[in-house]
Amino acid sequence: MKNKLTPKERLAIDRVEMPARDPAERSRTFDEVNLGLSLEQAVQEAKRCLQCKHRPCVEGCPVQVSIPDFLDALAREDLPEAARILQGDSALPAVCGRVCPQESQCEKLCVRTNKGESVAIGHLERFVADWAMAHPEQVAAPELPPPTGKTVAVIGCGPAGLTAAGELSRAGHGVTIFEALHDTGGVLRYGIPEFRLPKKIIDTEIAGLTRLGVKIECNVIIGRTLTLGQLREEFDAVFVGNGAGLPAMLGIPGENLKGVYSANEYLTRVNLMGAGRDPESTTPILPGKNVAVIGAGNTAMDCVRTARRLGADRAMIVYRRSEEEMPARLEEIHHAKEEGIELVILTSPLEIVTDEQGWASVLHCQRMRLGEPDASGRRRPEPVEGQTVDLPVDVVINALGTRPNPLLTATEPDLKLNSWGNIEADDQCKTSLPGVFAGGDIVRGGATVILAMGDGKEAARSIDEYLKG
Amino acid sequence: MFKVVENRTLAPNLHRLSIEAPRIARARKAGQFVIVRSAEGQERIPLTIGDADPVSGTITLFIQAIGEGTRRIAETPVGGSLRDIAGPLGMPTHLEKWGKVACVGGGVGTAVLFPLARALAEAGNEVTTIIGGRSEPYIILADELSEFCAKVAITTEDGSLGRKGFVTAELADMMADPQRRPAAVFAIGPVPMMRAIAEQTRPEGIETVVSLNPIMIDGTGMCGGCRVTVGGETKFACVDGPEFDAHQVDFASLADRLTMYRDHECKLGR
Ligand SMILES: Cc1cc2nc3c(=O)[nH]c(=O)nc-3n(C[C@H](O)[C@H](O)[C@H](O)COP(=O)(O)OP(=O)(O)OC[C@H]3O[C@@H](n4cnc5c(N)ncnc54)[C@H](O)[C@@H]3O)c2cc1C
Ligand SMILES: Cc1cc2nc3c(=O)[nH]c(=O)nc-3n(C[C@H](O)[C@H](O)[C@H](O)COP(=O)(O)OP(=O)(O)OC[C@H]3O[C@@H](n4cnc5c(N)ncnc54)[C@H](O)[C@@H]3O)c2cc1C
Ligand code: SF4
Ligand code: SF4
Ligand code: FES
Repeated sequence: MKNKLTPKERLAIDRVEMPARDPAERSRTFDEVNLGLSLEQAVQEAKRCLQCKHRPCVEGCPVQVSIPDFLDALAREDLPEAARILQGDSALPAVCGRVCPQESQCEKLCVRTNKGESVAIGHLERFVADWAMAHPEQVAAPELPPPTGKTVAVIGCGPAGLTAAGELSRAGHGVTIFEALHDTGGVLRYGIPEFRLPKKIIDTEIAGLTRLGVKIECNVIIGRTLTLGQLREEFDAVFVGNGAGLPAMLGIPGENLKGVYSANEYLTRVNLMGAGRDPESTTPILPGKNVAVIGAGNTAMDCVRTARRLGADRAMIVYRRSEEEMPARLEEIHHAKEEGIELVILTSPLEIVTDEQGWASVLHCQRMRLGEPDASGRRRPEPVEGQTVDLPVDVVINALGTRPNPLLTATEPDLKLNSWGNIEADDQCKTSLPGVFAGGDIVRGGATVILAMGDGKEAARSIDEYLKG
Repeated sequence: MFKVVENRTLAPNLHRLSIEAPRIARARKAGQFVIVRSAEGQERIPLTIGDADPVSGTITLFIQAIGEGTRRIAETPVGGSLRDIAGPLGMPTHLEKWGKVACVGGGVGTAVLFPLARALAEAGNEVTTIIGGRSEPYIILADELSEFCAKVAITTEDGSLGRKGFVTAELADMMADPQRRPAAVFAIGPVPMMRAIAEQTRPEGIETVVSLNPIMIDGTGMCGGCRVTVGGETKFACVDGPEFDAHQVDFASLADRLTMYRDHECKLGR
């Protein structure tokens, strides 16, 4: 069957809308919000693609997924072929289809935005990946080359490490992943909540890697349990993908009061440890009634929507700029608002005020306005003299971002870092130490899943070359 | 999975476990701890590594069963296993040759103190250990400590063993006696005890080290839940500590944060 429509016919189709759980219902459960497209919807949406010769969308994707090609296969209802193309370009399409900031990447450059809305590339990527996961028998398994006899250690089991491990084992190398926590996935497991990214997707990915022969050792902290030096002796090459897990503190009075969390702690308790979510879990969490989350990135949205699901009556985002500047994915802001999240904008926290028992009780804030654009091009927030506001709270979550965790790097003085404490690596993910490669958030600072994966892939290519050389 | 090869009850609710964990046994230094999760669904519990044998690949933990997490670990029979053990975590103890030092342990703190006292003795210090407890059955490790300490003094609140009263009285005597006056004090135990000792040594300017026990999750600096205020600065006990200069620690804030899940109505999932 051919995907033969005239451009005019394609242009006449309206963008599909992702079916989602009812906001009132979902704001109290951890079930996935987006329900996924039907086959008819997906095929129809794929037909909106104009199959542009110059492929602008591909340029917008950090790993250059062959978007028009997989969309063409999907439009022809050749799902095995669509899956083959997609999986060849992306290691975790079921994840990226869900969490990539598409509106600022692939979909941003789609020509259809010139007149109307872009092709829903993310939704379609998710559709094909989910189909492939449900029909493993119809997806041709890649042929494995004979084992090379070379071994590679991968530090960290987040998207960067997982991608590198998959690519390396497909190249015939023996791979062992070392992970500090007791479970796999990195931020995909302990950070991004279930209602956005079901854990079973990570489990499926991990099972696939294990089948490829990748060994995963949890509870091993490199820099403590073993050193990078030991790994370099034992393995032929090392990939460092240990992320950026060190919470930036607020630096305002009251941040150590009871009821004040970092986003990492809050999300780890709920997502990794199951607090408040899994009846079997013994890890506690404070389910606040009035919860203020400071920040407006993806992490902040995840915290505030989690707080709502744990029962908060009032769950607020407190942000010093306006909604337009919020760095979170558009879909998350949209979903959050539907779920009754309040956006308290142009507001910057000054102090967390305590009650008599040492609990956070009031978030005392400065009102802001937007001034001239700063170096990043965003308008700079400045205080409005004399205007403050007091928000009653019982839980405050700091989602201001993270910095690189020095646990590993501090024990390896020869590994070159930049002034932020990130590992220095070139375009081929090479570090200052021979045979040691790095990528993902530990190199880039807090970035995205797809960039971490792209690094994992590039590092694997580079390691393969190094091992052959 | 980490196999338990020995489990002995030392005092009511206080167990000593030896566990196979070869990598940790090799890497561990005095003052460091591990995070243990007995089974799926259980909390991550920080526990000091009491001892380690790099040859047999075992570590020793002393566990005081005070809640569900510690009870489940302490109950694990010989031959059974613990699902997760991660470590060694935290900074090793800073060791010096001070000359005369006092180690003060309260309750399970005595167990935590044990490897530290030995390391101090091995570093050439003359170690006096003061063990405090509610009553006789709670006094642990006195014989083991005697093997390398110049003196082991015991205090009990009810006077059933040793001197009646608190460890602070014994320490006060030591400080007052020019022959025994310690150049450094190490105190590990309940927060009120550590705080009392910090106040006792502060006016005398005696260097004092405490090992803090805030609530932790990951133990690697990722969550910030273990933050403590030391010298007016926020520190993460799991990576910057757990040992700190007692005279700089904000004990009130530590004690308060430890009650975060105690008297709040909402322990979801319990
Ligand atoms: C709450 C939240 C929401 C996000 N939402 C999005 C989103 O919607 N879209 C998007 O694109 N990006 C999002 N991001 C960012 C994205 O998750 C990260 O950029 C990405 O996970 C980085 O991948 P990584 O593999 O470099 O590191 P990580 O995912 O951080 O994984 C690193 C792993 O290494 C382990 N580790 C650390 N130190 C050691 C050590 N010494 N030894 C052994 N193991 C170690 C860690 O435990 C962890 O498992 C979000 C981040 C957060 C926190
Ligand atoms: C670095 C470090 C080393 C430690 N070493 C040892 C050790 O060698 N042996 C030992 O028996 N214990 C040790 N502890 C204390 C031990 O981790 C706690 O007793 C344990 O986490 C309590 O968990 P639970 O589930 O049994 O009790 P829970 O039911 O969680 O708590 C019981 C009560 O204790 C409080 N609590 C929770 N966490 C802690 C904590 N970290 N410290 C004190 N009270 C807490 C709770 O608020 C609650 O009121 C150490 C703690 C730290 C941080
Ligand atoms: S990986 Fe992300 S950016 Fe690339 S095509 Fe897929 S959704 Fe778009
Ligand atoms: S830019 Fe848009 S229309 Fe053009 S090929 Fe890419 S997805 Fe299709
Ligand atoms: S326990 Fe998480 S930072 Fe210390």
